[in-house]
Amino acid sequence: MKILVCIKQVPDLESRFKLNAAGTWYSEQDLAWRMNEYDEYAVEQAVQLKEQSGGELVVLSLGPERVREALKKALAMGADRGVHLQDEASFEKDPSQIAAAIAAYAKDEQFDVVFTGLQSQDRGSAQVGVLLAEALGLNAVTTIVGFALEGSVATVKRELEGGMKAVVEVPLPALFTCQLGLNTPRYPTLPNIMKAKKKEIAALPVTAPAGRTTTLKTAYPEKKGGGLVLEGEVGALADQLLALLKEKTTVLR
Amino acid sequence: MKALLVAESRQGELLAASYEPLAFAQKLGAKSAIFLVGSRQSLPQYDGPLYFADAASAGDYQPDLHKALLLQVIEKEEPELVVFCHSSYGWDLAPRIAAALSAPQISEVIDIVDGGYLVPACNAKLRRTVAATGPVTVVTLQAGAFSLPGAPAGSPQLEELSVGAGSGIRLTGYEAAEKGGVDLGKAEVIVSAGRGIGKPENLALIEALARALHGEYGASRPVVDAGWADHSRQVGSTGQTVAPKLYVACGISGAIQHLAGMKKSDYIVAINTDKDAPIGEVADVLVVADLKQFVPALTAKLAG
Repeated sequence: MKILVCIKQVPDLESRFKLNAAGTWYSEQDLAWRMNEYDEYAVEQAVQLKEQSGGELVVLSLGPERVREALKKALAMGADRGVHLQDEASFEKDPSQIAAAIAAYAKDEQFDVVFTGLQSQDRGSAQVGVLLAEALGLNAVTTIVGFALEGSVATVKRELEGGMKAVVEVPLPALFTCQLGLNTPRYPTLPNIMKAKKKEIAALPVTAPAGRTTTLKTAYPEKKGGGLVLEGEVGALADQLLALLKEKTTVLR
Repeated sequence: MKALLVAESRQGELLAASYEPLAFAQKLGAKSAIFLVGSRQSLPQYDGPLYFADAASAGDYQPDLHKALLLQVIEKEEPELVVFCHSSYGWDLAPRIAAALSAPQISEVIDIVDGGYLVPACNAKLRRTVAATGPVTVVTLQAGAFSLPGAPAGSPQLEELSVGAGSGIRLTGYEAAEKGGVDLGKAEVIVSAGRGIGKPENLALIEALARALHGEYGASRPVVDAGWADHSRQVGSTGQTVAPKLYVACGISGAIQHLAGMKKSDYIVAINTDKDAPIGEVADVLVVADLKQFVPALTAKLAG
């Protein structure tokens, strides 16, 4: 079994974002970076599958030098080797370009199973996984919250709106995009972090076609206003809020 | 401008979200046609062409087959826009179409602006204006961003599609949402815990406030995924949609999926350390405070 998991490194979403000089994306200064949350579930599922079926697990990330930290975390979680598609300006690429760049690497590698996150937390396009599957000619199922493999057929659960799930059978080779809650991502242990330092991360240049979309502008949302903002000492805040609830609602009994 | 609108059906029922692409097309002033794999018993109310394939043979979810059917219609209609909901059906099928057409896709559109489309980024903290190049563009629409001004009306001109063979992907059944536990829909007050509670022990603070307000406690998705609260407590697009008299969001940043489940509440209080958290967009009152200090203080005053 040969497994690929594709991950992205994203800023901590709790950050206060500043815009870059061109006003096209956030500024990368003063941000803390981490593995995209959806991708943590993808890595965990890939590691579990490798533990079940044996074989090799490759973790791939596209981006500038900093993404090697995310790759190291995936290696410490249990991936065998890393692939870094080097791109200092990955934020300028659209999903079709990123999928094409990953496909250019993966097309000769004959992966049986590919996992990606459902979407990234910063761009959130939810396109790269499916576009990659289409480029590689793999079956693809999105939004999985359950995964089991028997022989060469995977049975997965897709999360639908309102908490309903669809049970879907998918013959391999196939790609799956992972939804939050699919599993419980493991924390890398210290011995595994040490072991991961010895694992290989191959650095490869990126080749991608021209993009299909352009970001004209990135900006903060307009504040709608109307909402009251209360600040201060907690006791006084609690009194203020209680007065408001008495005035505006009927729930205080 | 010509737009092909992708409607959705599940288990023989047209999904209400199917009208959102229609509202988008109307806002654009585009000529439209609808594509639906669904049931003849549940067709959209719409005056216009409807390309229809019967889900009895094409399935609710057979993505390669649905892709082939839709491509057939695109070839005939030559639309400039193919419009999906940004839903479990739409985000699954849209990139397959974009790939087949080598077309640009713009995901989760919330508005039409000069020169492009507006989409959210970074958990709604930022907004991007995106433009596409090429003769045809695929877009998916954020749930609830576009709605018809009135009730839908009319009867479509049906154009039946013949269904070929599907690929190996096969839907074998559905699992209903987990029932049991609490019915948040009946609660007049809901106090919900988000990731900001930090650790499972702090859920007790939220429960105590909910009790003091004679309500129920709810949770955001990360809290449920972490196993700190039962799924029946989850508020949002993949949990319960609620509209209580009072909704108190504690340590919830306000992801669109959560907002979709609670923004119709009569009165919304948000407690958050981040003044810029997107929950502020829907809150009547934003209390800027650490919930671990503020929630117990509020509970004590309610009891006292």
